[in-house]
Parts: sequence; C-alpha cells; structure tokens
Amino acid sequence: MNIIENIKTLVIKKPLKLDCGKTINNFPLAYETYGSLNKNKDNAILVFHALTGDQFVTGINPVTKKDGWWSYAVGPNKSIDTNKYFVICANVIGGCMGSFGPSHKNPDTNKIYGTDFPVITINDMVNAQVNLLDHFDIKKLFSVVGGSMGGMQVLQFISNYPDKASTVVPIACTSSHSAQNIAFNELGRQAIASDHNWSDGKYLSNNTLPDKGLSVARMAAHITYLSKKGLQEKFGRKLQERDALKFGFDADFQIESYLRYQGSVFVDRFDANSYLYITRAMDYFDLVKQFDGNLSNAFKKTKAKFFVISFTSDWLYPTQENKDIVIALNAIGADVGFVEIKSDKGHDSFLLDVPDFLKTLKNFLDKSYIER
Amino acid sequence: MKTEYKIIVDLIKEKTRVLDVGCDDGTLMESLKKNKNVDARGIEISKDKVQICVSKGLTVIEGNAELDLKQFPNDSFDYVVLGQTLQAFVNPEIVIKELLRVGKKAIITIPNFGHWKVRLNLLIKGTMPITESLPNDWYNTPNIHMCTIKDFVKFSKIINFKIFKSLAMTNKNISNINNSNLFYKNLFAELGIFLIEK
Repeated sequence: MNIIENIKTLVIKKPLKLDCGKTINNFPLAYETYGSLNKNKDNAILVFHALTGDQFVTGINPVTKKDGWWSYAVGPNKSIDTNKYFVICANVIGGCMGSFGPSHKNPDTNKIYGTDFPVITINDMVNAQVNLLDHFDIKKLFSVVGGSMGGMQVLQFISNYPDKASTVVPIACTSSHSAQNIAFNELGRQAIASDHNWSDGKYLSNNTLPDKGLSVARMAAHITYLSKKGLQEKFGRKLQERDALKFGFDADFQIESYLRYQGSVFVDRFDANSYLYITRAMDYFDLVKQFDGNLSNAFKKTKAKFFVISFTSDWLYPTQENKDIVIALNAIGADVGFVEIKSDKGHDSFLLDVPDFLKTLKNFLDKSYIER
Repeated sequence: MKTEYKIIVDLIKEKTRVLDVGCDDGTLMESLKKNKNVDARGIEISKDKVQICVSKGLTVIEGNAELDLKQFPNDSFDYVVLGQTLQAFVNPEIVIKELLRVGKKAIITIPNFGHWKVRLNLLIKGTMPITESLPNDWYNTPNIHMCTIKDFVKFSKIINFKIFKSLAMTNKNISNINNSNLFYKNLFAELGIFLIEK
C-alpha cells in the first residue's frame, strides 16, 4: 500500500518531549488543508480528528477513495465553510495516515516500530500539531474544533496554548476518559492482541495482518457509537437476505451483517497497532487530573469563546460529561455556550447528517467570525 | 420590543455583566448588548430557543435555573434577570436566593395574580382564571406558584431580601409601587417588576 504520494507531510525538526519521557525529533506530521488562508491569516480553523479519522476531512479521501469523515460539516457553504475559512487537519501522531506512527521504521534499528513505538498521549498529539501554526505563519487560529477524541484535543490545545485560538468547540467529548470508555477500548485492544497474526505487534515484519482481531475491535466499538433506539429503528430484527432463521451462526440478522461489513472495511484502512496506541492515548486523557482535580484551572489563562455541544442519545460521551466542561468554564466566568442536540444517532451524531447540529455549529462559527 | 424588556433595559447600567435566566429567543439580551454594551449571558431550557440565540451570536447555555445556577460563582454577575418565570419553579425561595448569590442584584418580573380580571374571573366564574398573560388551564399550566404583587412584597420580608425598586405595568404604562399605593397597584397592574438585592 503506497499511500505516501497523496499525502502532504511536514517534517518536524524541533524535538518533542513526550509524556512517556522519550523525545522524538525529525518526525513526519501528515496534514491536509481546505479553503485558503486570508491576508491577515486570521481565518484558520484547526480541526482535530477522532480515533479512526485522518487528515482528509472532506472531499474524496485520496487513499480510501471515499468521502472524507466530516463531509457533512466541512466544505463550501457548510458548517465549517471552506469558502470562508482555511481548514487544517493533521493525522495524529501514533496514527496510520502518514504521521509518525507504529508502522514507521525505527531509524536506529531499521525495523518497523510496532509496539516499540513510544506510548503517546492527547497532550503529545496537540504539541505535535501546534507546529502547523508556525508552518503556515498563523499567530492565532480563528477556531479549534473537534468531536470525540478530536474534542479532547481541542480542550488540551486551548489549555496548552491559551492565546492560540479565538473560539473553541469541543463536541461530544469529555475532560476525563470514563471507566466505561476505558473498558470498551480495552475490549478492542484485547481483540487485536488475541489475534494470532498480531504477533506481539510485529505483524508487518511477518507480512501478516491481525485483521480478524482489528475487525472485532471495530465491531464492538461501532456499537458504542450508535444508540439502542437508532439500531432498533434501522435494523430491528430484520433478517439478512433470507426469509427465515437458518439455525446456524451465519449472519442471520441485518445488524450482524452490518457489523461484519463495518469490521471488514475498517481493516483495509486502519493499522492495528495504531488502534492500540490511539485508544491508549484516549484512556490516559484526564485533564481534570492534569490540573490537580480542578478542571477550571485548565482554562484560566484563555480568553477564548467556547461552545460545547452534546447529543441526547450519546451514551459514550454523555451530556453530563460535556456539561462538566461547561460548569468548569462558568466557574471562572469564561465565555461559554452550550447546547444538547436532539438526535437518535448516538455518539456518531456529530459525523452524520444531523441538521440541528450542522446549523448550530455554522451559526456559532459564522457569528463569532463577524464579531471577532 | 415588549414594554417589559424596555423597562428592564432601563434598570440595567452600562457595561455590566448580566445573566438572563430563561432568556427565551434572546431578544432582551440583544437589546442589552446593543443599548447598554452589556456582557450578556443566558440560560434557556428549550433547545430550539438556544439554537435561535446561537444564530444571533449570543452566549447561551441550555439548562434549568433550578439545577444550573449552582455552577456560577458568588457575585459573578452585576444583574441576574428572571422574567415571568418565578411562579414556575418548584421552590421559588431557593431560586431567589440563588439569583442573589450569583448576581449582585436581581431583576424579577411577575405576572400579577392580584389583577382585578384574575380576581373577577375566579369570583364570577368560579373556575381557575384564564387571562391573556395566564392563558393555560389549571391542569396544564407551568405556573405552579402564582403570586400577587402584594405577596411578593411580603415574601421579601419573609425570606429577607431588599426591594430596591418596584414598578407596576398597567396597559403598557409604568408607575412606581410604594406602601401607600400597594392596594391599587395590586389590583390594576398586570405585571410587577422588581429590582432586588440581598
């Protein structure tokens, strides 16, 4: 799979000290941009992607040939209007779309890193991505926006760089990864690790792929992105291309077939070790603890305008966890708006065609842009 | 704009911090920003209304005054406004105390249940009053704690807050309420507007 030719890469020369203690330098950060940077360089939005996203936010992803992961929200005249804003998105470090990750070769040993890759954190991810601002000579972003793990990066970014964004939009996320979410991530990691082909992470050197394990991990995770109601309405107990139960273990039900399909297409585009590293980064995310139990302190230094969005049917990053961010901001008199969008589409709502969400996001950004 | 909002705007000093509790579609907040250069924040329980406020560029959080005032520190606003919703709360005493904790001053408006039409309605018909400002039946009204202007004045003594200014709105006319005219204002005013302090 030669994917490199379609990928813009910034080689970061400046050493980056990771939370695990190791320092990396001369590492690649893959990114994509949409729209154009204005003369004052004040129309840039840094979008952060979620667990399985990448830098190809909208349009056709040149690697997968499918629509970008946030095509509903980003594009000309859309919520994040690329006629107006310069959108930048980078593949997170630890990822598998060109940024420094476990499928890269270790220059010291000339072997693929695998699980020798350093454990990275959300903090490391944003500290790597902030280099893009220097690259484009942007002093201050108009906005930082992201959902799910992207939202965690948003929070970490503004905490680390309080003067580097005017508006801050964390969506369907949390300030501290919950036990339930760690549990689901662990389930996914164990599914990968129990695939014989995983070989302690050395599968690329062995020319094998732990695709069964990765696919199960994706199937389990995919359920958590939906809602009970959404699943029931879409699939119910409908059978898959058959009139009656077959009394076997093939996919009798449409939901089974759907999940198997989701698992199978995922392994074509995602690296199993990246899945381990990125889920680990999410689990380690605890902005509350970083600030000694007081989340407000994470935002004390910023004058940015916040807008927090959650979804009614999101049980993975429920409204209350999003509201905790709002509460912490109100406790220090920060400028924060909040809305819970009604949707049956679960955690995935932020990625899908949810008109109330798309409209609200657009209104917030466009109004803030005029008043900035 | 509603007369009620004009009066509230007049009561608020320039360049202050204001929290509008139950800010509806943000009309009052917009006017406060425009006319008084106020740093305005809102809380609104309806998702649709919050979205309207966002489309106007207002800073609003979706929430419920009884649950969500807690998150604001003491004296974090110069004024907290509560327009015609005190009667809808389970515990108006706690709400008033919260308003005065969060705000240095509070502006509360109440639909006057002592208005002669309301009294007459009950007296003649013998059923729960339905008027322009109180359009619901007893079984579907959100207003569970109706009071009169006189009740509110009395309440200030019971739970110990100061009424700094009290105004009566009658047919869009505004007048001051004082001890000597309380009986008449309580009979003829549709709305009471109070600026209160701890």
